[in-house]
Amino acid sequence: MSEKMIHLIITRQKDGEGGSYKEEFKLPYRENMNVISALMEIRRNPVNANGEDTTAVSWEASCLEEVCGACSMVINGKPRQSCTALVDQLEQPIRLEPMKTFPVVRDLVVDRSRMFDSLKRVKAWVPIDGTYDLGPGPRMPEAKRQWAYELSKCMTCGVCLEACPNVNDKSEFIGPAALSQVRLFNAHPTGAMHKAERLNTLMDGDGGLSNCGNSQNCVQACPKGIPLTTSIAALNRDTTLQSFKNFFGSDNNF
Amino acid sequence: MSQNREFFLRKLHSLLGVIPVGLFLLVHLGVNYFSVRGEEEYNQAVAFMEGLPFRYAMEIFIIFIPILFHAIYGLYIAFQARHNTGTYSYFRNWMFRLQRTTGVITLIFVAWHVWDTRIAAALGQEVNFDMMADIVANPVALVAYIIGITATTFHFANGLWSFAITWGITVSPRSQQISTYITLGIFVLLTFVGIRSILAFVM
Repeated sequence: MSEKMIHLIITRQKDGEGGSYKEEFKLPYRENMNVISALMEIRRNPVNANGEDTTAVSWEASCLEEVCGACSMVINGKPRQSCTALVDQLEQPIRLEPMKTFPVVRDLVVDRSRMFDSLKRVKAWVPIDGTYDLGPGPRMPEAKRQWAYELSKCMTCGVCLEACPNVNDKSEFIGPAALSQVRLFNAHPTGAMHKAERLNTLMDGDGGLSNCGNSQNCVQACPKGIPLTTSIAALNRDTTLQSFKNFFGSDNNF
Repeated sequence: MSQNREFFLRKLHSLLGVIPVGLFLLVHLGVNYFSVRGEEEYNQAVAFMEGLPFRYAMEIFIIFIPILFHAIYGLYIAFQARHNTGTYSYFRNWMFRLQRTTGVITLIFVAWHVWDTRIAAALGQEVNFDMMADIVANPVALVAYIIGITATTFHFANGLWSFAITWGITVSPRSQQISTYITLGIFVLLTFVGIRSILAFVM
C-alpha cells in the first residue's frame, strides 16, 4: 500500500535573535487535515524529512474556528489563519512562514503586541466607568447595529498589516486594523461621546491615518471581509472636518 | 498644529499635487497643443505666456515652490513603501506601485525638462518652436519626452483618484470604482494631448 504523504517546508527560528532556516517534514496523509493538525502531528513525532530527530515546531492557536486570530501565519506566500487552511485545498509542498511584520518569538509564533498597543492608543472601547450609574445609554438602530457588527468582527490577527506595503520597518504606520476600530467605536452611540479625541489621536504624531497610501491590499486580504478601505476613507472625511474644526475653532468640537 | 505635523504635511502634499501643480499641468499641456496648429500659432502662444503680467511671481509661487515641496516630500513617501505586488498582484496595489514609480520618473523628467527649456531660457536662449524641434530631433530625447509625458499624466490622473480618498470625497467602494474609471479616462485623454503635441515638432 503506497502511503500518501504531506510535504511541509517550515521557516523556523530558535528565538527572537534572528537566524531563520527552513526545515522540511513529510507526514502521513489523513482526511480533513488542516495546517494545525499537521503541526500537531509534527509535535507528536518531531522527525524531519531526512529522518533526523528535531525540536517540535512552535506555533500559536486558540479558538480553531477563525475568530481569535492567534494562529495567523504565511501559508504558501499569503498570510491567513492556519486553522482554516485545509490541507486538501493547499498546493504541496505547503510552505509555512511566520508573518514578517511582527517580531518572531520562535518558529511560527510572532509577537502582535504592536496591534494591541495601537488599540490602546486609539481608545478602541466604550468608556462607561464613572462615579455614578450612567444609565442604559442611547439606543442604536438595528440596521446600524448590523452594519457595525461587520466592523466588530476584527480579531486583531495582523493579516492586513502583513499585506500593507506601508506597514514596514521604514514606517510608523499604525495599519488598517486599529483605524477601522476607531470608526466602529465612533459609530457607537456611547462611543461617539469621545469621537473628537479618537480622531485627534489619528492625526497626532507620526504613523497615523495619513500614512495610508491606498494600495487597498488590506481589504482584499482581510479574512473577515471587513470593509477596511471604506473605514479609512470615512475617517479621512472625519479627520478633514476635525482638522478644520481644530484650526478655525468650533463650538461643536467634541 | 504643533503635534499633527505629519498629518498637515501629508494633506498639503495631496492638495499641492492638484492645486496648483495639477492645474498648471493642464494649462501647460493645453498651451503645448498649439504646436499641432503649426509653428506660427505655437510661437504666438509661447509669446503670450511669456508676456503674462506677474510672470516671475506666478512661476515661483504657483509652479516652483509647490512642485519642489511635492517632489521632495513625495520622494520621502515613495521610499517608505516596501512593494509587494509579487504576493498581492491586485489592480490597486499595482497602481500604488506605479504611482510611486511614475512620481520618481516625473521628477527626473521635469528636472531635465526645466534645465533644457526654462533654465536655458534664463541663460538667454529663446523659447520657440525651433527650440523644441531641435531637442526632439534627437530620437533619444523624443523617447524620453514620450516616457516623461506618459509618467506625468499617469501620476496626475491616478493622484486625482487618491486625492479624492485622502480628502474624504469618495468613501464607498462604488464611488472609488467610478473614480477609477474617470481618472483612467483622464489619463488616456491627457496622454493623447501630450504625445500629439510633442510629435508635432518632428512631423
